Amino acid sequence: MKPAPFAYVRAENLAQVFDLLDEHGDDARILAGGQSLMATLNMRLSAPEVLIDINHIDGLSDITNDGTTLRIGALARHSQVLESADVAKMAPLIAQAMPHVAHQAIRNRGTFGGSIAFADPAAELPAVSRAIDAKILLQSRNGTRSVAANDFYLGLFETAMQPDELLVGVEVPGIADGERTAFLELARRSGDYAIVGIGVQGRIDGGTFSDMRLVFLGAGDRPILASAAADVLNGNPHNDETVAAAQAALDADLDPMSDLNGPPEMKMHLARVLTKRALTALAA
Amino acid sequence: MDQNVDITLTVNGQPVTRRVPARTNLVDFVRYELELTGSHVGCEHGVCGACTIRVDGQIVRGCLMLAAQADGAEVETIEGLSEDGSIADLQQAFHERNAVQCGFCTPGMLLTAEELLQKNPTPSREDIREFISGNYCRCTGYQAIVDAIERVANERNA
Ligand SMILES: Cc1cc2nc3c(=O)[nH]c(=O)nc-3n(C[C@H](O)[C@H](O)[C@H](O)COP(=O)(O)OP(=O)(O)OC[C@H]3O[C@@H](n4cnc5c(N)ncnc54)[C@H](O)[C@@H]3O)c2cc1C
Ligand code: FES
Ligand code: FES
Repeated sequence: MKPAPFAYVRAENLAQVFDLLDEHGDDARILAGGQSLMATLNMRLSAPEVLIDINHIDGLSDITNDGTTLRIGALARHSQVLESADVAKMAPLIAQAMPHVAHQAIRNRGTFGGSIAFADPAAELPAVSRAIDAKILLQSRNGTRSVAANDFYLGLFETAMQPDELLVGVEVPGIADGERTAFLELARRSGDYAIVGIGVQGRIDGGTFSDMRLVFLGAGDRPILASAAADVLNGNPHNDETVAAAQAALDADLDPMSDLNGPPEMKMHLARVLTKRALTALAA
Repeated sequence: MDQNVDITLTVNGQPVTRRVPARTNLVDFVRYELELTGSHVGCEHGVCGACTIRVDGQIVRGCLMLAAQADGAEVETIEGLSEDGSIADLQQAFHERNAVQCGFCTPGMLLTAEELLQKNPTPSREDIREFISGNYCRCTGYQAIVDAIERVANERNA
């Protein structure tokens, strides 16, 4: 299908974006990579009056690393993040998740900020952002505020971002010495949205888990930080008993919805299978 | 507000200036406005890859980018790549290996294969499968396509 008619503005700077958001409110939509937005417009799931194209605003696509903090600009393309040595070094969980995000032609356009702003519960980057203590930078006419990823995702496609705000970047503390990461997902076709996926970051020192963070995609109405499972792991040895206890604890953490892939029971099963595999990969 | 946009871009090296409705996507623009019908339209929501077009040197989904967004860009389609001979070896290999049946996926498949070989001149079969994972083919079963791309990779490295 074709989208309903709309006007298009190629914004040149942030001030212009804020003016347009003021003027058009809910009738305007930010256009970043367009890899989610254009699909919803083509299917007429949404019919905004104005698209505000932010692709030509300077300074929004840089990836910088000052040695302690990695900063990914909102307009950094998925393919740019995938190939970034700074990302691989400072945030290996992002680097491990990125090959699972869509396909090359989509990664060439889709943006890091767009993926976080869209907040699809089955998407990799929103989930990963919760495991790595990312901070989401939101700018409006009144200035910039920073929201912890763990406070950002409020519900199904719902975030703490206000209508007058633009997501301008994400800050990630560099991974600490000795922390390990693993990312796994199950999808029908490589690059499709996951049926269920898991990201794990934490320590195994002398065979004992600590500082564990487990996040799940496709397992609820938003990206989920599985704190009950992490509590079971922390302070305990990596063995079959601990892993089984963590798998059982997922009942308290996850509440998958039924979708085209299958019923909640199937997703719970897959989440437990992935948990075991991810912990094995973490220890390897 | 004005629902039309003035754009100037190059398509296969030729300068083009047009006034288009803002909602026109890039693949419809090249097909209907420029009558370059080699890029195909399948799903119109980014899943099938039939609409693959090259913009500023990189493949994109022609159905998920507006023509308005291509203002100032260098756009290349299968017609341009066929004429300049840059993928003649891939086309030959697809033909000989029977990696083309109905041909609906082929233009997108060729552009994707070319970007793979530019990024990674020595791909494994697994790398090839991964890279073309965003392009559906409903005829060949993919085996012949992977064979053809693998053959060209080997030939180009010989
Ligand atoms: C076939 C297909 C498969 C895909 N598979 C995956 C997958 O496996 N995993 C995955 O994670 N994604 C997948 N995607 C989606 C892709 O990653 C998108 O690029 C991403 O979800 C959205 O980023 P975008 O830059 O394209 O945003 P857009 O589509 O431009 O925008 C999405 C939404 O976010 C808003 N927005 C965008 N940027 C900002 C900003 N800076 N500030 C405020 N609001 C903003 C827009 O207004 C819009 O509502 C897939 C897409 C397709 C078409
Ligand atoms: S028509 Fe664009 S991906 Fe299917
Ligand atoms: S040859 Fe028919 S879809 Fe690929």
